[in-house]
Amino acid sequence: MTAISGHFSSAPVLPKWIAPVLLIAFAYGVVPLIGSSYLFEAILLPFLALSLAGVGLNILTGYAGQVSLGSAAFMAAGAFAAYNFNLRVEGLPLIGSIVLAGFVAAAIGIVFGLPSLRLKGFYLAVSTLAAQFFVQWALTKFSWFSNDSASGVIDAPRLSIAGFALDGAVGRYLFALTIVAIVTFLAYRLVSSQTGRNFIAIRDNETAARIIGIPVLKTKLLAFAISSFIIGVAGVIWAFAYLRTVEPDGFDLDRSFQILFIIIIGGLASIRGAFFGAALIVVFPLALSRLGGLLLGDVFDSGVLDMSQRIVLGALIILFLILEPDGLVALWDRIRRRLLFAWQST
Amino acid sequence: MPLPSYALGVMEASVYAPEVLARGLPSALPPAQPSEGRAEPTGLAAQAAPLLSLQGIGLSFGGVVALADIDLSVHPGEIRAIIGPNGAGKSSLINVISGVYRPDRGHVLLDGVGYAQVPTQRLAHLGVARTFQNLALFKGLSVLDNVASGLAYKVRSNFAGQVLGIGRSRGEQRDTLSRADQILQFLDLSPVRDRLVGTLPYGLQKRVELARALVAQPRLLLLDEPMAGMTASEKGEMAGFVRAARDRFATTVVLIEHDVGVVMGLSDRIAVLDYGRKIADATPDEVRNDQRVIDAYLGVASDNEDGAGI
Repeated sequence: MTAISGHFSSAPVLPKWIAPVLLIAFAYGVVPLIGSSYLFEAILLPFLALSLAGVGLNILTGYAGQVSLGSAAFMAAGAFAAYNFNLRVEGLPLIGSIVLAGFVAAAIGIVFGLPSLRLKGFYLAVSTLAAQFFVQWALTKFSWFSNDSASGVIDAPRLSIAGFALDGAVGRYLFALTIVAIVTFLAYRLVSSQTGRNFIAIRDNETAARIIGIPVLKTKLLAFAISSFIIGVAGVIWAFAYLRTVEPDGFDLDRSFQILFIIIIGGLASIRGAFFGAALIVVFPLALSRLGGLLLGDVFDSGVLDMSQRIVLGALIILFLILEPDGLVALWDRIRRRLLFAWQST
Repeated sequence: MPLPSYALGVMEASVYAPEVLARGLPSALPPAQPSEGRAEPTGLAAQAAPLLSLQGIGLSFGGVVALADIDLSVHPGEIRAIIGPNGAGKSSLINVISGVYRPDRGHVLLDGVGYAQVPTQRLAHLGVARTFQNLALFKGLSVLDNVASGLAYKVRSNFAGQVLGIGRSRGEQRDTLSRADQILQFLDLSPVRDRLVGTLPYGLQKRVELARALVAQPRLLLLDEPMAGMTASEKGEMAGFVRAARDRFATTVVLIEHDVGVVMGLSDRIAVLDYGRKIADATPDEVRNDQRVIDAYLGVASDNEDGAGI
């Protein structure tokens, strides 16, 4: 009965690192040369920021199995913390502000992760709403956070890494790309480490995880901390590289849901999934608006666009949950296998 | 409150006052000092000290008595089966030993250290591993990673070291994987090493769970129905693995099983539970001929078997 040698003929597969390396090379070497300002401003920058937020949430929700509806709060915490570090600490390089902002978001994540020690699933999700409402309220209420600006708006500082000024759309794109690439690589290392396995173990069977000696409470809080750190850094990119001017209202519950949808559509417990999901979430409204304008002309105004966006997105999420719970990543892998198979058999 | 008379050969009868035990002991206890408060050694105590002993364990859920006054001692290297009809309290007993349930009365001695409730978090450190009646594997992990997770309790490197691949994390990772691979080989699971565990047939999943428990080389291995739902040949195989594990790692095994035939051939001693009470505790041969056991399994003929007068 042990004869399960499995007839999964493994095609001569390229090493796993080839595809990401080529992609990174393309993103650095080719995209800045051919991209238009519209591509950077409207597509790539929000895509990068949301992808990174998705990676962060996926570590918590996809890998460690702790549902959170507070992602936007951690983005806001990161953005406003980086703004204040940059403003108030003399001589701190920008990258230092960003790392410290990540730590601030992580600390807030740990605090709001404490209920996870007793609550699960739906109840935990509801308790993370506290983070969402509290952070947004605090940032609006105490004008110190926004350096006493009216209505809590903050303006991003000039971007530079190691003395290189990164102005303009391309510069901000390279800034975001660099941070996203590094953090994503580290996140990938994390989920394939023992700690990543502990996350999955707790998600799949908490009792068994405790019995075999995985420190469940510590690991859960660690997942909240790391996830919030990454989402906080994503918040900095969102505020500094993409929008340049943000207010606390920009990080509302809708944004939290958006990030949750990204990982549901893209694929839970998959680093790639966050990128797939973010691409869809960013490109889809633009495509819909083009398509609607083309087909319906003037009838398709911004009100209709907004409404139809929500309807189609809602339908998509339901479809994915039912038909492809593993998300776009699973869809992609299946298509790729088919193509490979077809290519081999010819 | 008088000390209950813990009968058989308990060398380290509690050095803790009963009220301390009732409150629950701190998780890290020093080994019991033999000097004070020690019970008079009985004749049987001259034998090697039991690795596990239960003393007067009582457990009830609401009004339902799951376990009543259970005493049990298991000696190092022994394979001890616990059998009994459905609902006899076998799984409850395993859950008490592994700290999932806190008994209402009595305490568990592991290697001479008494616990009112065994600290589940430290179970692996105490050298105790278990499997579950219904599979409790991590479905999202490969077979190898499931088995490797059995060593997670030993990991000292932190996540930063693991992410950056610095410090002791590299050596640890290598060591973990090589030990997991050894166990996979030992249990004949190497061909499915990289498969997602959820895609394996049931019998193999049971074996992966055994591997996950064994990889830490526990001193005490608790198996909750390791052969449930298996075919006869699978059961034979599993019994072989359990015996091999005991022989190779000198592991003491406590196992629950329904199939009396398998148990008779596998165990050194058998404890029989019925309605939460221990009705027998002897060698397989003695149990086989014990009238109370036969009655418990087959039922006692009622006096009015023919139904006369109904």
